Amino acid sequence: MRDQSATVLDVANLKTVFNTRDGEVHAVNDVSFYLKPGELLGIVGESGSGKSVTMMSLLKLLPMPPAEIRSGTIEFDGRDIREVSDKELRQIRGGEIGFIFQDPMTSLNPVFTVGFQLIEPLRVHMGMSKKQARARAAELLELVGIPDAPARLKDFPHQFSGGMRQRVMIAIALACDPKVLIADEPTTALDVTIQAQILELVKELRQKLGMAIIWITHDLGVIAEIADRVAVMYAGQIVEHAEVKELFANPQHPYTRALLETLPRMGEARAERLPSIDGQPPNLDHAPTHCEFAPRCKHAFDRCRVENPQRRNVTPAHDVACFWDAKAGGPIDA
Amino acid sequence: MLDDEKKPLVQVKNLKMHFPIYRGILKRQVGAVKAVDGISFDVFEGETLGLVGESGCGKSTVGRCVLRLYEVTEGSIDIDGTNIATLSGAELRAKRPQMQMIFQDPQASLNPRMTVGSIISEPLDEHKNMSKDEKREKVGELMDAVGLARRFADRYPHEFSGGQRQRIGIARALALNPKFIVCDEPIAALDVSIQAQVVNLLEDLQEKFGLTYLFISHDLSMVRHLATRVAVMYLGRLVELGDSETLYMTPKHPYTQALLSAVPHPDPAQAGNIDRVILEGDVPSPANPPPGCTFSTRCPRAQPICKQDSPEWTEIGEGHFAACHFIE
Ligand SMILES: Nc1ncnc2c1ncn2[C@@H]1O[C@H](COP(=O)(O)OP(=O)(O)OP(=O)(O)O)[C@@H](O)[C@H]1O
Ligand SMILES: Nc1ncnc2c1ncn2[C@@H]1O[C@H](COP(=O)(O)OP(=O)(O)OP(=O)(O)O)[C@@H](O)[C@H]1O
Ligand code: SF4
Ligand code: SF4
Ligand SMILES: [Mg+2]
Ligand SMILES: [Mg+2]
Repeated sequence: MRDQSATVLDVANLKTVFNTRDGEVHAVNDVSFYLKPGELLGIVGESGSGKSVTMMSLLKLLPMPPAEIRSGTIEFDGRDIREVSDKELRQIRGGEIGFIFQDPMTSLNPVFTVGFQLIEPLRVHMGMSKKQARARAAELLELVGIPDAPARLKDFPHQFSGGMRQRVMIAIALACDPKVLIADEPTTALDVTIQAQILELVKELRQKLGMAIIWITHDLGVIAEIADRVAVMYAGQIVEHAEVKELFANPQHPYTRALLETLPRMGEARAERLPSIDGQPPNLDHAPTHCEFAPRCKHAFDRCRVENPQRRNVTPAHDVACFWDAKAGGPIDA
Repeated sequence: MLDDEKKPLVQVKNLKMHFPIYRGILKRQVGAVKAVDGISFDVFEGETLGLVGESGCGKSTVGRCVLRLYEVTEGSIDIDGTNIATLSGAELRAKRPQMQMIFQDPQASLNPRMTVGSIISEPLDEHKNMSKDEKREKVGELMDAVGLARRFADRYPHEFSGGQRQRIGIARALALNPKFIVCDEPIAALDVSIQAQVVNLLEDLQEKFGLTYLFISHDLSMVRHLATRVAVMYLGRLVELGDSETLYMTPKHPYTQALLSAVPHPDPAQAGNIDRVILEGDVPSPANPPPGCTFSTRCPRAQPICKQDSPEWTEIGEGHFAACHFIE
């Protein structure tokens, strides 16, 4: 499972729990992954499976309480983010690690112009003069395809369309040439042409700056196009992880397989009804004691209901958390 | 394709929405963002009209105008025979329950201080006489329908994931059994399985209650699946409109052709070898649209005339409209 070459980010056994009025919500359960320079890790998974909470935990962006990081290490560039000082953390956030949030309206400040929100990090993290920062800000807006960019620096977020706000977020996250970019559903509001333009830009930055990227999306088309490796999440856990071609060609976990089967395909005739995965999403009020996918899984057998499967290697670069051997068509050896 | 019996529920004529631009310390108006600049279309009863186009082309603004969440600059919007663009406050309120919107930005449209149960039941309080138990049951049904567990009813919006919040907005829009719903990117933040669940639900409701949808989305395969007809928008105007299959199989406008060629393939083995029309040049600003055909700055087929004369909106086939001087 482990690649020995240098990683820029290495997360091990991360557990995040919310302590709410009606008990605990186990949003992230023992999640481990790594990221190498210049690499793009795609994260897919069911809505509510813990993708955003995992990424917010990395940068301690969750309000604590109610959130609590119960265990784990988050090694970034030789330091454990859980241990660094507040000052260092501020340096990392928005500087060495760029972050694109899922919800642009909550992360853009409605009372400041878009220009101010772009210029500020350039001055703080890159030490630019006001003039330099303004020029760079306009250039960044142009790079993400905002027409008439220099004039639009003066506008407020509500004057932009949904997709433009998302692109403003992308521009802010890229402003300081981060070592790592964490992008949470960054292109959900973007049409294919502009998405293609952003994907090109991202490719370029990976090559030029060796920027490493975590890209969360439900769009498997995008994943197919840009990811090197993919992690699949379900119920707060990574249930499968592989190189992108391998994952699409050879999916192992029943959830991954179901996900790929539900994919609508552009070329095909119109289906009467879109296929979806039957059954209820998991209840996260407890730490998993069995396979959380079992109630929806057509291969579930006794062991799945009493023991939580751990990630095991299928090939050296492909692992899955499941007791079923997809190739052999039967349970794995206990 | 359309039978003559179909009658329009919504008729939009020459709709314009211009946002004024103010500059300087005196805040003088120096121009206007022509977000929507003279568009006309019908939505037939019981159909789904898809509205697609690049980010920033004016889709959400159209959706908001059609429900009169903005005071429109010009044009009329007839819903069920009444021009709502000129209705007074009280008349408009009486009309509201029939027309709902699912917003693009779920976070911004949900009151952070209300529990999800009360967010969903708020329209019921306002417009329906229901007992407490009836209301609770209705909220429960709506939550089931969008795949949210009923036990979440007492949680607040920030305690949900992005996709869960989007579903709260959908449940709320459905609460009053409206006739007409503007769905603005309603499934953008959902995984494919839940997308399918929501789309199936929208279709079931349409079949059961004859609902009519204006479905705004950049997801072209989903629009193809869901829409009866599709309208393509570019820089505040419509460039093509037609029956969904016709439009996808034989797009006529150069912009529609480019848009359709850019859809990513969910297959990494194929990702490299797709024939894409990559549009050159930047999207012009709606504050300063190019003269003549607004697409002429990027169109691979543009001729000198395109930069002077604005192409007419013409019927090029049965129920198939386009605005271009050089339709093949
Ligand atoms: N503040 C909170 N209090 C309680 N539960 C929370 C809180 N924030 C998130 N959750 C729960 O944690 C789980 C994981 O949420 P997260 O936002 O990480 O999901 P996600 O995978 O990003 O989903 P989506 O694809 O819908 O964005 C969800 O089930 C959500 O309901
Ligand atoms: N309140 C406003 N004031 C000024 N300009 C606005 C306002 N709202 C929208 N605009 C501008 O109008 C244009 C159209 O915006 P709209 O939100 O309708 O686009 P859209 O097609 O929905 O885009 P997206 O796909 O990105 O959501 C954009 O150029 C936007 O900047
Ligand atoms: S462990 Fe069992 S229940 Fe879980 S996914 Fe595998 S086969 Fe299905
Ligand atoms: S009118 Fe001319 S510029 Fe416009 S779409 Fe047609 S060919 Fe292109
Ligand atoms: Mg999320
Ligand atoms: Mg919009």
